[in-house]
Order: sequence, then structure tokens, then C-alpha cells
Amino acid sequence: MEGCAVRLDRRDFLRSCGGCLAAVAASGLAAPARAQARLSGADIPDHEAMFWDPAESQRVQCQLCPRKCRVDDLERGYCGVRENKGGKYVTRVWGAACAVNVDPIEKKPFFHFLPGSNAFSLATAGCNVDCAFCQNWEISQTRPEQVDVYSLPPRDAAASAAQSRARTVAFTYSEPVVFYEYMYDTALAAREKGLRAVMVSNGYIQEKPLVQLCGALDAIKVDLKSFREKYYKEVCSGELAPVLDSLKLIHAQGKWLEIVYLMVPTLNDGEAEIAELCDWVARELGPDVPLHFTRFHPMYRLTRLPSTPVASLERALELGRKAGLHFVYLGNVPGHPSESTRCPSCGAVVVRRVGYTVLEVALKSGSCKACGKPVAGVWT
Amino acid sequence: MDRRRFLVAGPLTLALSLKSSPAVAAQGTATGLRGQVVTVRDKVFSSLGVAPDEKTASAMIERAICHLSGKGSLREAWAAFLGKARVVGLKPNCLAGHGVCSSPQFVHALAAQLVDNLPGLQKIVIWERSDRDLTHAGFEIVRSGKVQCLGNDSAGYSPELIVQGTVGSLFSRTVTETCDTLINLPVLKDHGIVGVSVGLKNLYGAVHNPNKYHPNRGDPFVADLNCAPPLRGKTVLTICEAFTAQYEGGPAYRPQWSWPAGLILAAADPVALDRVGWRMVEERRKAARMMSLAQAGREPSYIITAGDSSHNLGESDLSSIRESVLD
Repeated sequence: MEGCAVRLDRRDFLRSCGGCLAAVAASGLAAPARAQARLSGADIPDHEAMFWDPAESQRVQCQLCPRKCRVDDLERGYCGVRENKGGKYVTRVWGAACAVNVDPIEKKPFFHFLPGSNAFSLATAGCNVDCAFCQNWEISQTRPEQVDVYSLPPRDAAASAAQSRARTVAFTYSEPVVFYEYMYDTALAAREKGLRAVMVSNGYIQEKPLVQLCGALDAIKVDLKSFREKYYKEVCSGELAPVLDSLKLIHAQGKWLEIVYLMVPTLNDGEAEIAELCDWVARELGPDVPLHFTRFHPMYRLTRLPSTPVASLERALELGRKAGLHFVYLGNVPGHPSESTRCPSCGAVVVRRVGYTVLEVALKSGSCKACGKPVAGVWT
Repeated sequence: MDRRRFLVAGPLTLALSLKSSPAVAAQGTATGLRGQVVTVRDKVFSSLGVAPDEKTASAMIERAICHLSGKGSLREAWAAFLGKARVVGLKPNCLAGHGVCSSPQFVHALAAQLVDNLPGLQKIVIWERSDRDLTHAGFEIVRSGKVQCLGNDSAGYSPELIVQGTVGSLFSRTVTETCDTLINLPVLKDHGIVGVSVGLKNLYGAVHNPNKYHPNRGDPFVADLNCAPPLRGKTVLTICEAFTAQYEGGPAYRPQWSWPAGLILAAADPVALDRVGWRMVEERRKAARMMSLAQAGREPSYIITAGDSSHNLGESDLSSIRESVLD
């Protein structure tokens, strides 16, 4: 999961929306005041959820994610944001943002999608898994009533994004699948403004909603937690198989896809596991899907382990390249040579990065300036 | 004392910055009352969803507490359980809003007994997940005075993540910081996921993420949560209000599957009380020719887990539980 999400108080939120627009104001455009009122729990409006079926005794059967929660009246699903109210399933986070920032898109990370651009990034509370290492657990593992929430309906979010000069709206920080309705409506509103929409997700979603979502999004980054079911079950309270299905489906839908793999020492960093993962990506998704191995730091419920040794990440890098993958990166290791993108044909650096900063893009119409061969990605 | 006067009664000058004193007792076993459950019945209650008046509720509580403690007077009985308590938290179950739901009359009757019989008591906090839950059940939000009533959304959560077995949660400040002693006040009802909701499950209301703890019928999450220090160390009693109880269709109120049980259950052993409550629900299901909870795929095995050697929260073996029924 992408790091550095913050919970915003009202002042921070206004600064985030307005501060990032200083450049807009300086260029003669009026800085918008899109930040809306802070909502208390009781004020968050209900919005009918998508993808659920009624069941007996006013229960509902959620069909959004593979967890398929069967939710009694008055209760919520595992995500904590979808609630059964008298047999009707509603979402409690439509238009209820708890984190809003303008980030470099490299921070998501997307390395092959509009490099050097900004992403208007937003999140709500909630998540459909519970990863022991979650960096953003203070929003992902909470209910909307437990965090500072601001009213930011889809059209206002899209307008703020456009005026911030971001080129994309990114649904990120917590788990966008659980705020599906808000994400979907905002993505469509962003498209009307000429913006792209991307999702940073765990990929734990059912086929039907994912197919519909792909129609509204332009790129998806999936956090693949492990290549072992045991790890998914014990460390994340989730499942691997549905995530692999999602990866294949996203790729088949023609959406730009990047994968992040957080390497946790002793838990998911075995060479055999990494090699199998890389072979699977190369075989099922092809060599052009970027794979980011990122460094773990102790967090949330997983504080007994050290940070990932860089040597372990470099070994994963080798395994990825050995499997034939064209784009393997290391994350959370600032200054590492693998941060830059090289042309798979001639080896020339086509996107030079330091941290989240893009120093140079040596591409012309999506092709390497040095050799003229196309480089996979969405560059313009 | 009428309800309003009662709620605002007491020395308002009591320091609001009361510090929690160390826990005065631990759950269940430490009190020496492992496996003991007292049931007090009043056959006056023959209608569904009818709550008692405070006087009747108080009399039933008095009988239960005196019997459980073995003391001859209410003052001695409360002193035995709560003699060192300064700030007591009362956790009702207000989710259903009505019907199979804690009643203000019952909770206020209990609070009045504590005020009248514990000279060292400084404050009582009636708390639930949210103000909304409380008001839907008929409670009045009171943020100051000797007897307060507020949700976790008002009180907030302590920032420290507490990890206990499979659970990792933020706990309500009411539990971690304000109160030194807790009395759990559940209701007795069926639960569509975990089987039954009695006392152990009621304490899901103490944490910020109860939705994470329903998989596998709440097992072992319920047991692990109840072992977390703020709950294990402070919860001294469970008093289950079961004037109306429910054997199917919970947690929402479904009158067609409820019965006017007209009883309260009291125990210092939370596992034994839950086990007896589970048995009562099963008996009603059997009488209604319904399949058992196990057959329905939702046996509340978390109760057994709570009594195992690694959790040791109390007695889960029915044959070892000593029940006293006071009609």
C-alpha cells in the first residue's frame, strides 16, 4: 500500500485543496474553495450500495468482494463502511473523504503512466482486508465515523482535481474497492473534466464489479501481498486466488497495470516464492507489466520484524529480470539505480527518476529516443 | 429520584480529570466465583418488548447481587464487587434500538444502586459505540455530572493500538482512561453470524473495528478481545437483561422469534453466563422446532474458546456451571 497518507484536519484539508492550487491562482485562475463542511458521523449521508443481493430476514448478501459478507440488519460488512439498514445495503462513504492530497503519480507508484504528473489523491475510511503491516491502518482499519470526514462529492472532487492541475484522480491510501460507488462516480466526473482516473488497490474484488470499474478507470496498481495463500490468510485476512484472477482480468481489459510487492523479511521474501511470482507475471500478464518490489518498515501490528534488507530486494530484482520481466523496480530505497526506467530494447534510460522526482523523460510518442522502439506505458 | 434528577445528580464539582486507578478486579476467575450464574425471574413480564420499571428492575438486581456475593445487604454486596471502584463504566447493548435491547430503566436502576451504596464512587459512565445507539434506545446523552451517558464517538479512542492474539484495536477512552471498573450489561439474543450475542460479544462495542472480528463466527476473536488488558482487568460483573430475549433473526429485533423471558442473569464469570445464555437460546430453538445453532452453521464456539486454557476467562462446561434460579 502506498505510504504517507495523512488524516487531515479541516485546516490541512483546505490547505491541501487550496494550497496545491497556489500555482493555479498565481497563473491568474481563481483558487477554488471546494473543501466542504466537516461531517460528523450522524451527518454522513447514506448512499445505496452497488453489488448486493437481498437475503432472508432482511439480511443482505454483498457481492462486491470475494469475502461475500452476509450482513444482518443493523450490521456492517467486514469493510466497516457498507451497512444493512432494514434490508437495504448502503455505503457510508459516498462523498465522504478522509484523506486528500496532491501527489506525484510516482508515489502511487505508477512509473509508466503519465510520469512526472500529479495525481489528485483521495480516500475514505475502510478496507476489505486487514494486513498486519498496513501503513495507513489509521484510516483503512476504521469506520467513517472514527476519522475526520469531509463532504467532497464526486463533481466537487473532479473540479478540485482539475483546478489543481493534476492530470489524474487517484483512489488510494485505504482500499478503494470498499468505496466503489464514490470512486466510480468520481472517475466518471473526472473524465468529463478531461482527467484520467487510477486506482491503487489490493485487487480483492469480484469479477462483475471489476469489469464495470475498468470501464471508468485508466490504470490500476495492485498490491500483491504474497504468492502464498497461507500468507494471505494469516497476515492479511484475505485470499490470493481472487487477486490473481483480478490481475488477469485487468490485463485482459486492456487497462494499464502495475504491481507492487511489499517484501516482508522472513514472511514473503523466500527466493522460491519470488521466482514463482515473477514467472507467473511473465507468463500470465507478459513481460511489460511493471513489478515493484518495495521495502517493508515495521508498522501497525507487525513491529517485531526489521526493515527489509536492500540485498533481499536486489535479489528479487535479479529474479524478476531472470524471469524475463522488462520493468522491475525497487521501492522505498531512494536513490537506487532501479528507480529509472530503461528501454528494454537498447538499455537506454528513458525515464530518469530520483525518489518521486522525474528528472528526464527520453521518450518520443511512446518510443525510446535512442533506438526508436516502443516502450510499454501510457505516456501522454 | 426521577430520571432527570438522577442523571444530573451528584456532586458536579467532582473532578472531571479523574485518573483511572488500577483495576480492582479481573474477569471471572479472580473473584472466586468461577462457574457461578444467578438467574432472577419475574413472571410479571409476559409481554414482548416491555421493559421493567426502575423499582422492579432494582429489586431483581438486588436479589441477584446479594445472592451472587453471599452478602446480606445491598451495600455489602456492592462493596464486595466494587468496593475500590471510583469510576464505573456500564456497557448496555443498544444496537437493536428497541425490543431486544437494554432499557434505560434497568441501567438507571443499577446506576442508582451504585450511587447509593458505594461511598467512594466518583462517577458512572453509561457508554456504547455511539451517541446514536444510545439515543435510539431511549437513553439521554449526558456529558457531565456524576452519572454520564455517551458514545465512543463522543469520548474518542485511545491512540495506542492494543494487540491481543488475533485482535488489534483502538479501545474507547471510556474503557482505557476514564473507568477503572466495568460492568457489562448485555441482552440475550440470537446473532446471525456468531450464533448468540450475550456478554462476551457485547464488548465488541469497546473497540473501533468490530467489523473485523466476525469471520469464523467470531472465534477466536471474541475470546481474544475479552483477554485484552483493558477489558480483562476491569470487567468485574456481567448482568444480562433478558426481559425480552430472542432465539432467531438477531441482532435486529424480530418479535416473531422472541419470547418474554422476564429474567436477568448475573455472574462474575462471563463465560459461564454466556454458556447459560447459549443454552437458553438453544432450548427455545428446539421448542420452536428449529435446527440447533451448530446445524445452522453458527455455533458460538467462541464461548468454548473463551473458557479454554489459553484464554481462561471462565467456565464453559455446562456440567461445571452452578446455576441458581431465584423466582
